[in-house]
Amino acid sequence: MTALINVPGRAKRGEIVEIKALISHPMETGFRPGANGSIIPRNIIDTLRCTYNGAEIFRMTMTPAIAANPFVSFFTTATESGTIAFAWTGDNGFAAEESAQITVE
Amino acid sequence: MTIVQPNRRLFLAGVALVTLLPGAARATADEMAAAIRAVTGGQPLRRGRVKLDLPPLVENGSTVPLRVSVDSPMTADDHVTAIHVFNEKNPQPHVFHASLSPRAGKAIVSTRIKLGDSQRIVAVAEMSGGSFWTASADVIVTLAACLEDLT
Amino acid sequence: MIPALLGLLLLALPAQAQTRQSGYADMGPELRAMQDDDAANPAMLWVREGELLWRMPEGATGKSCADCHGDIKTMAGVAARYPAFSAALNRPVTLAQRINLSRRENQQAAELAPESRELLALTAAIARPSRGQAIAPPDDARLRPFRAAGAALFTQRQGQLNLSCANCHEDNAGRKLAGVTVPQAHPTAYPLYRLEWQSVGSLQRRLRNCLIGTRAEPYAYDAPEYVALELFLMQRAAGMKVETPGVRP
Repeated sequence: MTALINVPGRAKRGEIVEIKALISHPMETGFRPGANGSIIPRNIIDTLRCTYNGAEIFRMTMTPAIAANPFVSFFTTATESGTIAFAWTGDNGFAAEESAQITVE
Repeated sequence: MTIVQPNRRLFLAGVALVTLLPGAARATADEMAAAIRAVTGGQPLRRGRVKLDLPPLVENGSTVPLRVSVDSPMTADDHVTAIHVFNEKNPQPHVFHASLSPRAGKAIVSTRIKLGDSQRIVAVAEMSGGSFWTASADVIVTLAACLEDLT
Repeated sequence: MIPALLGLLLLALPAQAQTRQSGYADMGPELRAMQDDDAANPAMLWVREGELLWRMPEGATGKSCADCHGDIKTMAGVAARYPAFSAALNRPVTLAQRINLSRRENQQAAELAPESRELLALTAAIARPSRGQAIAPPDDARLRPFRAAGAALFTQRQGQLNLSCANCHEDNAGRKLAGVTVPQAHPTAYPLYRLEWQSVGSLQRRLRNCLIGTRAEPYAYDAPEYVALELFLMQRAAGMKVETPGVRP
């Protein structure tokens, strides 16, 4: 499991910054037949939750229609220095976390 | 070498039967409409304020870049609370749902989606005031020419 | 002053370089943007994993790649000059094969399986510092017979469809096949994330796809035919920029 998050290291207070997150995951839809003809079971990430110093700033519910190795980008206002944290959860008890620091001047 | 000829009528009947049986379940425009209605609660869908960016012609449906941008001041009194994206022909009608707060500053979400066929994609933005705005895009999906055999 | 300099630069390039085109140019703007943005390029997940593997102690020696080679950035230029001749094996090797050779000889570690996640990750991470550099096949006389074999394979018709690589990628490059533009087939971006695979894969995997697509029998992984072909293709792409890790449909 690898996750790559892109959070600006520094920003001005009030600046709107773009956040990008990429995580490795097969996002198996549960609709595909395998080589032997039977359906490969669903195995997806269903939720990405992003917090900024603990406060939720973004939440995304994913479905089998999200591509493998899900990529998301969204925006947030640089309010204070601290931690922007990502938590992905999904089928088969999948759970992954990453975080980055942002310095706001 | 003797080639055994199967009973042609039986064979053709079998082929016809197979094509009539439902294959992998597919959503329909009605299912998408029902999914949208479940979100809006029957409220009218207004056109405008929402921009849905998708390539009109997609080389491979497995990874299609998509961006939804909603024109909104994103203030405490007037902001996008959620963005919902639906599809018409994948096995199920939902693509994703994103929750936003005024902290977002800009109501723009990008991701990459899977499209099983050429179809219409619909984005619905839910506003803090209770209104719903929408935009749609039609995408043509071609498939790569040299397909891989997994053996 | 600047237009004059650019003019001089164009003259300095071999004539072929001006008409050659990477598969990058055949993609739409969205996929090109995906390749260009390290924060969005799915292949970067493999590069990140490869960078971690670079620093991991391995094998009986307990040494990591970094212990001998230092920072992975020092690999700049390496991918641009592979395949190269291996004196140890007395034949040309691809970058992935060279990595495995080093694992076996210098780390006394097991080789990584062809097309395995770890091997792809390491190869992508080691190739990435060459991004932007011109492909520079070594001027090594020992490579010539192998390169010639690759050239012969490129024009050899095979399979049920009786097609050679050249039939599509020379004679019909730029035209459409089933709605997709036929690329010139320069391996500038390998290992790359192919949307079709939803994964990073090697040039060998792509060549196998083509062989299967033309209903020819694919050679086994690491067959000398793939190395010969890669040698030829890299010579054919000499001077073009390394794009690794790329994105392709």
